[in-house]
Amino acid sequence: MAKAMRNPVDFSRFPDERGHFGRYGGRFVAETLMEALHELDEAWKTCRSDPEFLAELDLDLARYVGRPSPLYHAERWSRKLGGAQIYLKREDLNHTGAHKINNTVGQALLAKRMGKTRLIAETGAGQHGVASATVAARLGMECVVYMGAEDIQRQALNVYRMRLLGATVQPVTSGSRTLKDALNEALRDWVANVDNTFYMIGTVAGPHPYPLMVREFQAVIGREAREQMLSDYGHLPDALVACVGGGSNAIGLFHPFLNDAGVAIYGVEAAGLGIETGHHAATLCAGRPGVLHGNRTYLLNDANGQITETHSVSAGLDYPGVGPEHAWLKDIGRAHYVAVTDEQAIQGFHDLTLTEGIIPALESSHALAYATQLAPTLRRDQSIIVNLSGRGDKDIYTVATLEGIQL
Amino acid sequence: MNRITRRFEDLRSAGRKALIPYITAGDPRPELTVPMLHTLVKAGADLIELGVPFSDPMADGPVIQKACERALRHGMSLHGVLELVREFRQTDSETPLVLMGYLNPIESFGYEAFVAGAREVGVDGVLTVDLPPEEAAELAELLIAAGIDPIFLLAPTSSAERIGQTAPLARGYLYYVSLKGVTGSAVINVAEVANKLVQIRALTHLPLGVGFGIKDPSTAAAIAQVADAVVVGSALVSKMAEWVDAPEQMRQEVGAMIAAMRLAMDTKS
Repeated sequence: MAKAMRNPVDFSRFPDERGHFGRYGGRFVAETLMEALHELDEAWKTCRSDPEFLAELDLDLARYVGRPSPLYHAERWSRKLGGAQIYLKREDLNHTGAHKINNTVGQALLAKRMGKTRLIAETGAGQHGVASATVAARLGMECVVYMGAEDIQRQALNVYRMRLLGATVQPVTSGSRTLKDALNEALRDWVANVDNTFYMIGTVAGPHPYPLMVREFQAVIGREAREQMLSDYGHLPDALVACVGGGSNAIGLFHPFLNDAGVAIYGVEAAGLGIETGHHAATLCAGRPGVLHGNRTYLLNDANGQITETHSVSAGLDYPGVGPEHAWLKDIGRAHYVAVTDEQAIQGFHDLTLTEGIIPALESSHALAYATQLAPTLRRDQSIIVNLSGRGDKDIYTVATLEGIQL
Repeated sequence: MNRITRRFEDLRSAGRKALIPYITAGDPRPELTVPMLHTLVKAGADLIELGVPFSDPMADGPVIQKACERALRHGMSLHGVLELVREFRQTDSETPLVLMGYLNPIESFGYEAFVAGAREVGVDGVLTVDLPPEEAAELAELLIAAGIDPIFLLAPTSSAERIGQTAPLARGYLYYVSLKGVTGSAVINVAEVANKLVQIRALTHLPLGVGFGIKDPSTAAAIAQVADAVVVGSALVSKMAEWVDAPEQMRQEVGAMIAAMRLAMDTKS
């Protein structure tokens, strides 16, 4: 573990000008969207180096989101596991209860700068939809959230939250009626309404510049965690662990550590009922490269290149693609990708709740479940940062139902 | 010279414009596709765009998406599409065929294997909706080397700079998307299209096809006044969807629809 890896590349130089991470990423969209992406890219390039924009963003992150989020030493849980010390990056304490708001606050500021008056977003579990509706309410913008009809059934609480926040939740009945179809539908809306509409993608996927832009907005997680670790404990962690669906919370934590060669990096995918059953969402562990939603990346698709349906107990990980930077980090060996099952994730959910008094989101529970495997293989003077990307209130009904309890 | 270029040259010398119907291969059932292609030719199609169904057709509206779903339910695949082309070519060696679809099935097939297969069965052009010129060099070179035309899209939002980047890579014709939206959207503004085509013509000598939003003979005729080719997709596919359980009727209705467009285009031009 402590074996230092020799870095072959300077990670801050990626992606290239056209959004490539090695062979991944890029901009695979119809011509009808190219000008909109160009406009977005120009605006983003101007803003990311504009001190005024960055100061406004920092202020929003501090006063509206509640940053910095704590880095919490889970002492009792670490003792119980009998290995490395586990530190939790508490993104669950952000306004709206997850890391998603880091990104929507940033994109909303950008939308305002660009003079857009209408925000659209896709959502799976509803967390990004809620985070989008939240910033739209704050800025007084119209907000339309595309959500698969299946997911609307599964996530009634978040649907209601979005409506309370004034957003229109648009059910998507095409294809498999889940997150990937919601993304298709949002792209179609954007093509038709590009003049006044800003499309807020919720993860580090999609055509360039989204994977870069969303990473930059989420990298506040890793920047804070790195500073907190160094200032509070005097050293870098030995390992990072985060769950990966599209991969935004993971890249947010990982990116500021990529050039720290001694830090091992683990992304945890959803193995669902088990990879061997075919009912999973472990794109990097079990998929192969292809092109979907504007970027080249690993995908779950059949022999004919048709996208396949995924399964995870956690709606936020239920996506057949993954951010292109993760695909690249996997191929060059800088990060390792593993998968844990629904059952292991639920166990992680209970472990943290009972040991530390923190109810984690089912997405984050995948990272916790892997940390319980990793920690005992390390010494007690070593350390792991786990990204606690969201809180579990939204998942209480799912967990209760799985355990045959009616609330 | 391949079939597409020859067809446009013949039309030009005859003073006519090309009518290009689009259907999704395998919709509503694979065995109906080749007879439908022959129907289209008889009714007056000059070139046909054959859609390769994809699970996530993000630039298409609900009509084409549903057509893709029907085709995929019956097991249609890129391999299957090539077999349909082979079958069509047994009795029609003249009508140019362009495959239109998304990149992932081609990536999955493998670029070289796909290009070799497409050439063998008699495909004349390939339009990959989500492969803009920036990412297209590798596939476009393979296609051109095999004598197959890479067809590219232009949009109302395409700047002169982008048109200038796209045109040199393109062969056969350029497909101008006439409105901001997905296939099957709203109505077309002929005057706006005409203005944009003037801008595009200043930057390329390729024939210009116009599609998206052409639903009836009078629009087809109006577009034929300003473009070299008129593409009809969603209107045709939704006509087919009305008759999924009556294939004979479907062929008659579609044949009548294309013949009416043909007549309107030829009368005015």
